[in-house]
Amino acid sequence: MGFTLVYLSAIVLIPFAGLVLRACELSWADFWRLATTDRALAAYRLTFGASLIAALANALFGTLVAWVLVRYSFPGRRIIDAMVDFPFALPTAVAGLTLSSLFAANGWLGQFLVPLGIKGAFTQLGVVIALTFVGLPFVVRTLQPVLHNLDREVEEAAATLGAGRLRTFVGVIAPTLLPAVLTGFALAFARAIGEYGSIVFISGNLPFKTEIAPYLIVMRLEEYDYTGAVALAVVLLVCSFLLLGAINLLEAWTSRFAR
Amino acid sequence: MSIELRNVSKRFGEVVAVNNVSFTVREGELMALLGPSGGGKTTVLRMIAGLEMPTSGDVLIGGKRVNDVSVQQRNIGFVFQNYALFNNMTVARNIAFGLKIKKWRRADIQARIAELLELFGLQGLESRYPHQLSGGQRQRVAIARALAPKPSVLLLDEPFGAVDAKIRQELREWLVTLHHDLNVTTVFVTHDQEEAMEVANRIVIFSRGNLEQVGSPREVYEQPANEFVARFIGVMNVLEPVVKDGVARVGELEFPAPGQPDGQKLRIGFRPYAVQISSDLTQYRYRAVLRHTFFLGVLLRVELELPSGLIVRARMTKEEYAHQGLEEGCEVSFQIRQYRVLAREEAPLQPELELPYTPPPILGENI
Repeated sequence: MGFTLVYLSAIVLIPFAGLVLRACELSWADFWRLATTDRALAAYRLTFGASLIAALANALFGTLVAWVLVRYSFPGRRIIDAMVDFPFALPTAVAGLTLSSLFAANGWLGQFLVPLGIKGAFTQLGVVIALTFVGLPFVVRTLQPVLHNLDREVEEAAATLGAGRLRTFVGVIAPTLLPAVLTGFALAFARAIGEYGSIVFISGNLPFKTEIAPYLIVMRLEEYDYTGAVALAVVLLVCSFLLLGAINLLEAWTSRFAR
Repeated sequence: MSIELRNVSKRFGEVVAVNNVSFTVREGELMALLGPSGGGKTTVLRMIAGLEMPTSGDVLIGGKRVNDVSVQQRNIGFVFQNYALFNNMTVARNIAFGLKIKKWRRADIQARIAELLELFGLQGLESRYPHQLSGGQRQRVAIARALAPKPSVLLLDEPFGAVDAKIRQELREWLVTLHHDLNVTTVFVTHDQEEAMEVANRIVIFSRGNLEQVGSPREVYEQPANEFVARFIGVMNVLEPVVKDGVARVGELEFPAPGQPDGQKLRIGFRPYAVQISSDLTQYRYRAVLRHTFFLGVLLRVELELPSGLIVRARMTKEEYAHQGLEEGCEVSFQIRQYRVLAREEAPLQPELELPYTPPPILGENI
C-alpha cells in the first residue's frame, strides 16, 4: 500500500502537480486568453473529435475482431491475433510515416482513394485513421478474456427459451460485454488524445485544419512560450480527466450486475 | 408429454458418443439418465432438447418426430449444470425472458413470475442479481426460468452436481415434490446412482454410449441386466476363482462349479448383503479379520480380510453389529449365501445361485 502510493506519487501525481503549479503562476485572465485562442480551440476540436470518432470505430470493429478471434478457428488465426499488438509495438513515428506514405496521392492506397475523393494524407480524415490504428489493440485485448469467459451454456439457455441469435446477442451477450467494451473504448480514447508521433506525419499540421492540440503544445515549446504550452496542457489534462471519469461512471453503471 | 428415442446414434467425428439407443419416457414420468462420465447421457439429453442433432435415428416428443424442429421451437425447459443464468438480469427478468419471447401479455408475465416465486420459495429475491444468490437459490431460479413458459418436458443436466452435500439432499426431496405437484415429464442426468435410485420413477443406465438397462430402481437393483449394471448400482464383491475338481477356488473361498473343466477361470459376484458375519468363530465356515467399518446410517459396511489377503465387503445393521460386539480388528467367522457367475461385462447375468448355509441364530429381544 505504502509502496504503491509512493510509486504512484513519483510517477503520476508529482508531474501533474508540477504542471498545475506552473499554470497557477498565470492569472486567470491570462490563462483564459492563452488557452482559448482560435488556433487552440480548433486544435482541441480536432483532437477530441478525431479521438472520439477513432475510439468509437475501434469499439465497433475491435469488438468484431475480438469476437472472430475468440469464436472462430481458421488458418492464420494466431498470426492475426499477434498482429493486433502491432500498433503497441511499432514506434508511433514509424506508424505515422507508413500511414502517410500509404495514403499519399501516389501511395499504395492513396492512388486508388484520392481519385474517389478520399484524401487520407494531410487531412482530418488522416488524423482519424492514425488514431484508429493506434487504438485498436486496446479494445481487442480488453475484450478477449471477457469473450473467453462467456459461458456458451448461457446462449444455449436463451435458445431453449425460444430466443433466436439476434435476440440472444442483444439481450444476453451485449450487456455482458458492454463494460469491457467501454473500458477498451476509454483506453483507446485516452491513448488517442495523447497521440502525437503517428499524427504529425500524416496530418501535415496545418493550423486551424489538421493541427492537433499536442502538436500545438510542442509548437509553443519550440517558441519558448512555456506558459502558453502549460495553459494548453492544463486544458487537455482537465478534459481528459473529466471524460475518463464520465466513462468510468458509465462503466460502473453497465456492470452493476457484476460482482 | 412423452419422449421417445428410436435407434438414436450420435458421432462426434470418429467418437461414437451414443450408440443406437432406444427408450421411452412416459407422460408425467420422472426419469433418470444414469452412467459414469463420458457415458453419453448428457448427449442424449441435449438431443432431446435439440441442442445436438442425432447422427441417425429419431427423437419424438408427444408422439411427433422433432428431428427437424429447432431448439427454439421444441418448447422444452432445460436446466444447465451450472445454471447458465443471465447475470445481467434480475431474478424476475430471468424468469420473464422466455415469456417475453413467447409474447405473453405484461399482466400475465407478472402473474406467472409471482406464481413461480411463490412455488420456488424465492419471494423477496425478484430484484436480486444472480451473483447475490446462494447456489441453491440460483438453481431454483434456473428451474423456475425453464418452467415459466410451461414447457412440455423438463430436462435437467446434473441438477445436483454443483451444490454441496447437505443442500443436495434437500434439493432431491424438493425435486420429487415439485414433480409430484406439477406432473410435467422430467428427465435428469446424473452420475450418482444413489441419487437416481432415490429420485427417479425409472432409470436408464448408460455406459460408453450404450444403453445397458431401463427399469425402476428396484428392477435395476434386484435384476441387473449385466455385470456393468450390477456393479454400478450398489456394491458388489467380484472374485476370480479357478476351477479344480468341480470346485472354483480363490484363497479360502470355494464355490461349487460342477461340470467346469479344471483350470477354467470364473468370475464370481455377490452382494454385501449375501455375506453373514458372526463373532462366534465356530458359527460359520470361513474366518476373517474385520478390517474397516463404514457407517452409512442405519446400515454399516464392513471390510473383511481373509488370511490369504482376500477382501470381502459385507453389510449389516447397526443393531446386529452392536449385538455381536464387533469392532475393528476383531476376528470373525462368515459365510456367503448367494452368488452369481459373471461372464463378460455386457453379457446378461446368470441367475443367482444359493450356497448351503447355516441359518443365523435368532437374535435376542433387545433389538
